[in-house]
Amino acid sequence: MERRKFLKNVSASTALVGLGGLSLQSCSLSAKKKVTILHTNDVHSHIDAFPQDHSQFPSLGGLAKRASLVDQIRKENPNTLLFDAGDIFQGTPYFNFYGGELEFKLMSMLKYDAATIGNHDFDNGIEGLYAQLPHATFELINANYDFKNTVLDSHVKPYKTYLVDGIKIGVYGVGIELNGLVTKALYKETLYLNPYEVAVDTEKLLKETEQCDIIVCLSHLGYQYQNTQKPYDLELASKTRHTDLIIGGHTHTFLDKPTIAKNAASRNVLVNQVGCFGINLGRIDFYFDDRKNLAASGASITI
Amino acid sequence: MILKIKHFVAIVTIGLLTACQSKPQSLSEIEARQLPISDSITTDATIEAFVLPYRQRIDAVLDSTLAIAAKPISKEDGYYNTTAGNLMADIVLEQANPIFKKRTGEDIDFVLLNHGGIRAVISKGPVSARTAYEVMPFENSIAVVELSGQSVLAMIDYLIASKRAHPISGIQVVLTKSGELHSLSIAGKAFDVNKHYWVATSDYLTKGGDSMVFFKDALNITTVDYLIRNALIDYFKKVDTLSPVIDDRFYKME
Repeated sequence: MERRKFLKNVSASTALVGLGGLSLQSCSLSAKKKVTILHTNDVHSHIDAFPQDHSQFPSLGGLAKRASLVDQIRKENPNTLLFDAGDIFQGTPYFNFYGGELEFKLMSMLKYDAATIGNHDFDNGIEGLYAQLPHATFELINANYDFKNTVLDSHVKPYKTYLVDGIKIGVYGVGIELNGLVTKALYKETLYLNPYEVAVDTEKLLKETEQCDIIVCLSHLGYQYQNTQKPYDLELASKTRHTDLIIGGHTHTFLDKPTIAKNAASRNVLVNQVGCFGINLGRIDFYFDDRKNLAASGASITI
Repeated sequence: MILKIKHFVAIVTIGLLTACQSKPQSLSEIEARQLPISDSITTDATIEAFVLPYRQRIDAVLDSTLAIAAKPISKEDGYYNTTAGNLMADIVLEQANPIFKKRTGEDIDFVLLNHGGIRAVISKGPVSARTAYEVMPFENSIAVVELSGQSVLAMIDYLIASKRAHPISGIQVVLTKSGELHSLSIAGKAFDVNKHYWVATSDYLTKGGDSMVFFKDALNITTVDYLIRNALIDYFKKVDTLSPVIDDRFYKME
């Protein structure tokens, strides 16, 4: 927020100084904008790259390499946000030894903007997650867990908005049903609310009240399930009408390319997930201009 | 005069900003890609340096030799019981019983774990804490379940039907040539259907994991607050050599 204010002030004083050269040109220059959204999911404490002789992911992943890539993208486009769709914890001894401290510290160093909560993020109990919050400079976002009667009360926001280069981005989170997946002793009095209903309410608020230009859902529901009543991302896409992008997790789904799905208003939206263990980084670029967008199906999507 | 210029500048600036902001921004195009974190990307030196002490500490703890495996220990080397299964179940009995007895005054009668819960082979040679993490990566704790004699029989039916060598200890199951239950003894005594038994297992299984539904009829569950992995590590520290064998705890008569 502070950085944004500073940037705004700088551009105002630039306008003052360069008054002689001011013309309508400066308006049309600012008219074309680009917002980049980067994302990971299910990193599961995979801080180090996989060894060269690994049968499945030889030499892939690694947080220090992800950091370089994110840095490079931020240099190309400072209007970049970085998100994670949950299951940050559990999977390597880093978690067993340090309880998630290192994961949160490193994500903060990479300047993650927000993450949603996965089922494994409860593996050291809700207190274990709470204990690591001081190490996170990013926001934990979830709208369908009611933490009122837990230590996380008021520490997890249902949504957050970001103003980047005059474009307002609203981000909300949804999580999977914990009963049957996580021991009750770990999630305690956390209440699970229907993610579809919560998503529809939250995106409406982000669109109508918050007037967001882009609405992103961080989901730990899973990409798709067959023969089950469990909610999933593709179904979520078809039930929402303002969400532009669903960043998914939980099912460790490696997609050949991001999925284009039709939402409740028959508009094309994106559903993406980038596998697991920090093997990939998802990148979505949103381009804005001042022309009226005529296509009924929404913006054109290139995958 | 100076004031006037300032005013003029302010008005023009506000005017221009308003003009800019009043132009509606609309989303015209979205481009989505997946970027692999490949070997060719530069390693960020700051991050690498930050992680190093954390990694060194883990390596120091995990890689010091605690015991020696005399031969490879696998969960696939037997049909009704295996070296890895026997080792693990025997360790749970030996390590958990003193704690359970101290807390409740009772003895654990036998142990049942699940075959799928053994996640790696123990190779011949040095055994470290890392070995324990590989064999048992999950944060599962030992739980002691009180079962009725009837529930124990349901458990035996499950074991016979599963066709997998689920790790057991403190119990002997003998099958007839045709694969039916021939004899059953627990803690060295013949099975008594009217008796209750204390069964040590993984808390994961007490919650219906691996479809072990007979645990749903538990009369009582006591958590020992002891991770299975920590029981393995403590046992590795205690002994010099691991040399489990396939034995007669579960077999079919020829």
